[in-house]
Amino acid sequence: MQRATLDLWVGIFVVAGIAALLFLALKVGNMGAFNGTSTYAVKASFDNIGGLKPRAPIKSAGVVVGRVSGIGFDPKSYEATVTMALDTRYKFPKDTSASIMTSGLLGEQYIALEAGGEEKMLAEGNTLKITQGAVVLENLIGQFLYNKSEGESNSGEPATK
Amino acid sequence: MITSLLGSLRGIGSHVINSVWRLGVATRFFLLTLFQSGQSFRRFNLIISEVFSAGVLSLIIILVSGLFVGMVLGLQGYQTLQTYGSEEALGILVALSLVRELGPVVAALLFASRAGSAITAEIGLMKATEQLAAMEMMAVDPIARVVAPRFWGAVISMPILAALFSAMGILGGYLVGVVLIGVDEGAFWSQMQAAVDFQEDILNGVIKSVVFGVAVTAIALFEGYDAPPTAEGVSRATTRTVVTSSLAILGLDFILTAFMFRGV
Repeated sequence: MQRATLDLWVGIFVVAGIAALLFLALKVGNMGAFNGTSTYAVKASFDNIGGLKPRAPIKSAGVVVGRVSGIGFDPKSYEATVTMALDTRYKFPKDTSASIMTSGLLGEQYIALEAGGEEKMLAEGNTLKITQGAVVLENLIGQFLYNKSEGESNSGEPATK
Repeated sequence: MITSLLGSLRGIGSHVINSVWRLGVATRFFLLTLFQSGQSFRRFNLIISEVFSAGVLSLIIILVSGLFVGMVLGLQGYQTLQTYGSEEALGILVALSLVRELGPVVAALLFASRAGSAITAEIGLMKATEQLAAMEMMAVDPIARVVAPRFWGAVISMPILAALFSAMGILGGYLVGVVLIGVDEGAFWSQMQAAVDFQEDILNGVIKSVVFGVAVTAIALFEGYDAPPTAEGVSRATTRTVVTSSLAILGLDFILTAFMFRGV
């Protein structure tokens, strides 16, 4: 085969490989969505994070504004400390509250931010004061059963009189 | 009785010594190839023509198998996910299984049988027809002139082929899942993007394919170089290349997966 055609084919091959990698990175992976933008870190403590994982989305009003960058355990307060990387395009007031939600009944968990009313904005390294941990489904069911049995014993009382 | 026992012990001993010997020779050959690579990088045209014969000529089998593997994943995944009412997760299933595992592994297996066997046969025949010996006579180092360019050409080709395999597979899954069955297109792509991480999944897949490329090529080159210079010897060496490198790919894949994806 001639040198020029050979070079051409190898060139096409390499370009196709780079195109495939770009396709994987941009269309299949989350490279284009968030990795390029700069973020600032904010911390929050939760009494229970449930099944929250690193890289879980942080949403405000349903829009993804950041990702969970780290999850740790505070041995003094026995609470989970979650580090969040928020997009610098979005500023939140200092008294913003964070709660862990589940998308759908059995879907993945995410952190929902609810903006407060304060004038000052959150900055790098700040900590969110108002938090609400994950709702554990088993606890809910337990509570429901407990309330129900209590309700039954209450309604049974007048009958014994 | 005792003599037959001694005889079988002797058999085991010579077997072990022979395999350790072979392993040592193979390691020495591999290191020699790495040390002699400088010249082939200076004459980059040699590497380019090897990229052509190892990579470009493997394109068709890689692309077609990638497409079909992706389409089958789409069909089978849909069947299973449907029973849980989460067809939208089809994108995650197809993308993660291709990018993490099937892309690098199946592409490497195909590469071993398509390009690895060709490398072994070529070098084995060069040795059998005494071309390598002739080169040495002319003071041309056959490892620098013949082996090293083939090594680097194949190592460069492998990650490209694996990436193409994964991309084609995802397109195949898209064709079956979205176009044929009718899974929602937006959910297919957006759930996929939410679940696939660039570093965690795609980059680790690329690392895997590079490791497989090195392993397959090193095995193929050594088997060819070490083949007895007869027709039968070359044919045996070719078979051994495919068997050994397939086993090496699967074993290495387990080790790499255990290191990359433990925990989270």
